[in-house]
Amino acid sequence: MKLNEMTISELSEMLRKRRCSATEILSDVKDRINETEGKIGAYISINDKAENSARKVDEAFAKGEELHPLAGIPVAVKDNISTRGLRTTCASKMLYNYIPPYNATVIDRLEKNSSVIIGKTNMDEFAMGSSTENSFFHITRNPHNTDYVSGGSSGGSSAAVAADEAIAALGSDTGGSVRQPASFCGTVGLKPTYGRVSRYGLIAFASSLEQIGTITKSVKDSAILLGAIAGYDRMDSTSSRISFPDYASNLNASVKGLRVGIAEEYFSDTVDDEVKNAVYSAIKELEANAAETVSISLAAKEFSISSYYIIASAEASSNLARYDGVKYGYRSKDYDGLTDMYEKTRSEGFGDEVKRRIMLGTFVLSSGYYEDYYRKAKLMQRKITAEFSDAFRKCDVIATPTTPTTAFRIGENTEDILKMYGSDVCTVAANIAGIPAISVPCGKNAMGLPIGLQLMGDRFAEQTLLNAAYGYERICGGFREVK
Amino acid sequence: MKDYEICIGLEVHAELNTQSKMYCSCPNLFGGEPNTRVCPVCIGLPGALPTLNETAVDYAVKMGHALKCTINKVSRQDRKNYFYPDLPKAYQISQADIPLCEKGHLEIITEKCSKTIGITRIHIEEDAGKLLHDSSCNDSLVDYNRCGVPLIEIVTEPDLRSSEEAYLFLNTIKNTLKYIGISDCKMQEGSIRCDVNVSVREKGTDELGTRCEMKNVNSFSAAVRGIEYEAKRQIEVLEAGGKILQETRRWDDVKGMSFVMRTKEDAQDYRFFPEPDLGWIVLEEERINMLKDTLPELPNEKLLRYTKIHGLPFTDASLLVEGLEKSRFYDECIALERCTSKNICNWILGDISKYINDTGSSLYDTPLTADKLVKLVYEVEKGTISNSAAKKVLGVIFDEGGEPDEIIERLGLVQNSDTESLKKLVDEVIKANEKSVNDYRNGKTNAMGYIVGQCMKASKGSANPAIVRELVAEILNER
Repeated sequence: MKLNEMTISELSEMLRKRRCSATEILSDVKDRINETEGKIGAYISINDKAENSARKVDEAFAKGEELHPLAGIPVAVKDNISTRGLRTTCASKMLYNYIPPYNATVIDRLEKNSSVIIGKTNMDEFAMGSSTENSFFHITRNPHNTDYVSGGSSGGSSAAVAADEAIAALGSDTGGSVRQPASFCGTVGLKPTYGRVSRYGLIAFASSLEQIGTITKSVKDSAILLGAIAGYDRMDSTSSRISFPDYASNLNASVKGLRVGIAEEYFSDTVDDEVKNAVYSAIKELEANAAETVSISLAAKEFSISSYYIIASAEASSNLARYDGVKYGYRSKDYDGLTDMYEKTRSEGFGDEVKRRIMLGTFVLSSGYYEDYYRKAKLMQRKITAEFSDAFRKCDVIATPTTPTTAFRIGENTEDILKMYGSDVCTVAANIAGIPAISVPCGKNAMGLPIGLQLMGDRFAEQTLLNAAYGYERICGGFREVK
Repeated sequence: MKDYEICIGLEVHAELNTQSKMYCSCPNLFGGEPNTRVCPVCIGLPGALPTLNETAVDYAVKMGHALKCTINKVSRQDRKNYFYPDLPKAYQISQADIPLCEKGHLEIITEKCSKTIGITRIHIEEDAGKLLHDSSCNDSLVDYNRCGVPLIEIVTEPDLRSSEEAYLFLNTIKNTLKYIGISDCKMQEGSIRCDVNVSVREKGTDELGTRCEMKNVNSFSAAVRGIEYEAKRQIEVLEAGGKILQETRRWDDVKGMSFVMRTKEDAQDYRFFPEPDLGWIVLEEERINMLKDTLPELPNEKLLRYTKIHGLPFTDASLLVEGLEKSRFYDECIALERCTSKNICNWILGDISKYINDTGSSLYDTPLTADKLVKLVYEVEKGTISNSAAKKVLGVIFDEGGEPDEIIERLGLVQNSDTESLKKLVDEVIKANEKSVNDYRNGKTNAMGYIVGQCMKASKGSANPAIVRELVAEILNER
């Protein structure tokens, strides 16, 4: 097996035993990128300083230094996470030339642990989309079948990991943007509790909903990567001071007595039979290993998509207003005066989906409509959150499909916006309630496309969630087969 | 013409003098090379997040206490969305529904009466940058140094009835800010700015007229001119049978006129919504009370103490209150309990103020101390030295320092109060000025002043003028 096909935990072990070097790992990853990237399109930019970082790790190992398990591991980073000196575009024409002068906190933390940032991954423009078809640069294709989408918006990160073009990746999840592409590409995608990971440097789409999450090949890798980036950050007022365990060393694969909540609302007719069956059989396997199932009700799910699109678009309309051509990024060539410059810059710089959401968000915040839309959506948010709190009195995790279908064909949903939005129907509630959720592979459909099992946990119960996922991974004998 | 009443409400913006900016750690200083006092947060780079400066909150709460407001234990920050090049995030973080402080009041005090002005609210917000128009290029330039400087906005009820009242209110606000020490109050640096809302109505009616908001009012005197212009304009419209349109106008102080910026129809919709990057501001009871305890004696309280208890004339008391240093110095002198308050006040407002104004120095940077001034004034009150001698001594203290008694001694300024020797001197002068004596006796009473002056001259200024006057009067009035 080539080094680029291995997991963080495996490589970390090998590095410590001097069975490989960081430079060799990077070289295998780079070879793979050169070989497949033309078909997949997972990256927007490759970090030309990666070799340097890898060499430094090898030198440190040679000196016998104690290093973090992430040391020397090539990690791909979604292109909406600010990297000092490395172009960060949000896959938008608006930021096609933007080079951040500062690092996101998660990047500082990865660098502190000597990870090797391999490159910046493709995404839907400003993280708005579910297929990575809304990128200014190119489409990211599903490594399982390149006629199909990789999912989105963190499609590049998930495809890179699935195609062994990276060992692990960071994504961001506003309404399912880590879990949905993980499900489509057969990777493990974790969205932490809101506030668990600093958002400082994550280019904002919907500030109150989004978290940086991890995309990996195994649950243990998720635990390692999350442990490295989690924790309070004084630069992010919404980050939490609640302490957290060493997720990786506390992993426990036993699901005995684990109470798995099943909400029938998540298995409605809109969910494909193949997906439904795969998720049900995953739950049965958990039961066979002494987990208990508990029937719960999540009736407010019905309102989650509409609440989500109101809140997310409202915040987006404000967050994206700064892209006006004055300070950085794209500016229209010909304009007549300030207003014209604003209008032309924004008309030319943003893609259709971004414009659609800016208009939607502007509308729902307008005087006269605020009460009808924004205020109501926030009320629904409270209801949805309360429902989850109730549910977690009865169960430890909630099991659902990650997405109602497997990956769809490229171009299939681009004309039907509501169908595209519907692809988030199982994932948005976790963002609205701020709870952690993970997607793990649970089989494939007849076409050979991966299916995802979503587990949701209570606020800051990442360990419980990871343990449940880890238990399921053990039952399956690992996820490598899915890949 | 009907009898009109003007109703004025003010929105005062004051920059707080915290060390760092409102949402980042950049220094909060005026000026600097353009775009040098900036960071990813205050210029709103993609991904940067604000973190609240708690000192700014403390300052706003202090002002809330000073203006007798209710302090909200829980308040929120909101985004005010609009496009302008000086606003790099395209929204200003402000407070909409729930401000830090609300429902307060402030007295404005004149010699004859005092009046209570309602304070609607005080909230915190961040300042924007500045546009620069450089003639060397066709484009405008932006300096973001001021971005994120903490501001409080104080909003009043429409309780002010004249430009004089508005001026007095603004001045009292300025003094209050200075006393609490939360703002530099440098008008020329724009640390206090205001928007003025003006409406007029027929006297005797209760309902407010349609108001116009005037922006770009950059000084208190501009506020006075703006209000007068605007009230006159509105009355003229009404008198001509017209209607006042609700609009925002821009005051042009050079032209002395206001111009329409936007009408109600195209009023901006700021799409306020809760700032998702910042949590609620939660203030513990203890913190609120602690901040109240740190308040000094406020300008209005001082003014009343000076006039009612010390018996100072209103104008003098106002002048002392106006200058924080002067009133502090005055209070230190009075605390020594040796001289009359009026004499101390006169010295501070007279020669001392002149020196401070001429040299531009701070009173507390000079060698003069309360103790020295009191010693000096005491010698005058006792009659040891003359007023003009005391002025000389003061000059010496300012220039070289030293103790008053030592200087008096050194310069030989002690007055001659010895009646025997002075009588001799007076006799001689009277003998030499027979004409004046006769003039006085023929009813020209001011001749006495001349003779006293001649006596002083003959003594080379060392004679005690009170005793000389007494002696001269005695001789002139004897027949």
